[in-house]
Amino acid sequence: MKREEVPQDKSNLESAHFRELCYAVDENGEYVTEHSTGWNPKTIALDNAIQEINERVATARQRVLSGERSPLEYYMELHKMDVGILASYIGLWQWRVKRHFKPSVFKRLSAKILQKYADIFEVTVEELKNIEGKGNCA
Amino acid sequence: MEIEFTHKQAAHCENGVVSNLMRYNGFTVSEPMVFGIGSGLLFCYIPLLMVNHAPVMTYRAMPGFIFKRFAKRVGIKIKREKFKNPAAAKAQLDDNLNKNNPVGLQVGVYNLVYFPDEYRFHFNAHNLIVYGKENGRYLISDPIMEEVTSLTEKELEKVRFAKGAFPPNGHMYYPTSFPKELNLKPAIIKGIKHTCRDMLAPIPIVGVKGIRTIAKLIRKWPKKKGTKTANHYLGQVVRMQEEIGTGGGGFRYIYAAFLQEAGKLLENDRLVELSKEMTTIGDLWREFAVEASRIYKNRSAQDDAYNKVADQLEIIANREEKFFKKLRKAV
Repeated sequence: MKREEVPQDKSNLESAHFRELCYAVDENGEYVTEHSTGWNPKTIALDNAIQEINERVATARQRVLSGERSPLEYYMELHKMDVGILASYIGLWQWRVKRHFKPSVFKRLSAKILQKYADIFEVTVEELKNIEGKGNCA
Repeated sequence: MEIEFTHKQAAHCENGVVSNLMRYNGFTVSEPMVFGIGSGLLFCYIPLLMVNHAPVMTYRAMPGFIFKRFAKRVGIKIKREKFKNPAAAKAQLDDNLNKNNPVGLQVGVYNLVYFPDEYRFHFNAHNLIVYGKENGRYLISDPIMEEVTSLTEKELEKVRFAKGAFPPNGHMYYPTSFPKELNLKPAIIKGIKHTCRDMLAPIPIVGVKGIRTIAKLIRKWPKKKGTKTANHYLGQVVRMQEEIGTGGGGFRYIYAAFLQEAGKLLENDRLVELSKEMTTIGDLWREFAVEASRIYKNRSAQDDAYNKVADQLEIIANREEKFFKKLRKAV
């Protein structure tokens, strides 16, 4: 990659005043560093990944509102987690976390465990139980 | 307190941390040099593990390995500590800062507040340096940021004790003793040999063979997984290649920069020549990413398109195989 080829595409990095450092060759063939504001193929990949997550969040939200699943599933998706990650944060086995996704089991959870979940998702226990005011986007 | 510390932005976090810590201790070692001596270049497909609901591959050595190998090869001793208890982790950190000793930390990215939101995934192998504490805020030198920044105690604790795959467990490291003079030459040769061995390893998921395995998988994805999932997977291949600062070449450009510097230091013209070849290989990776992005941008489902990017990967694999065979003989 030549120095002038270092991609300077628009990306979501810009809004955060964030530039990457890249290595490229100058006109004499020497390696130098150059800043990059972003690169389209990467931005698209990232955007798609975000969109994918948002779709998962929206589906989870629907499932919670229709009473199929407990709000934990929604919060898990909202925080870009999967069951493994959530289980390691709360320090329980995965099968227990999965069980907590059942509304009937969720209703009977102890205050202590609910508080633990609430702390992980940085919400109050009240918000944890009721997601109606919550949006579809991660 | 604030330790006098010069922050220099780097392309990749671990090399940057090592390079910055070395500079603080009076040794100038460039980022590509750290990457090369630490044998950072790699390709590895990690079967079974899923991240963000997609398969995982890596274009560089496991977190921590670069520093470990670099330290061993140039004769530095490093101290590493991991903690179960966040309070103990904080006490040790404060203790080091009181002793004017900046330390490297392994952290999770998800709760790193100064990162752009889009980059905050559950990825636990980021590295940064803490070089002081002021008004209850830790002063942070994050190598991929242009400027230094700071975090509150609580924010730092959160990222140090992130959970998920490869949890950092408060991992803290710093060099403790140095040789009188850094002897880079033998270290460079060891580093290069190690990379050649990795890339040419007779294991189907590692190195050149790993690239071929991925190419084969890509051909199967659209039929086996459906267009949507296949596109998602392909996006992940590119995102892994495009970790921050690779400039599109999946670390190949940093390695080429290393070969150039090493060639001059060892007065070995062959390495300078090979550096140019590595640059072209990096360009091929870039083209692969562009082609792949066309597929997932249009969300089209032509088998043909998938076969085409798989072909590209196979060409890259062949080129890299030849390249590392030559490189092995050049040192």
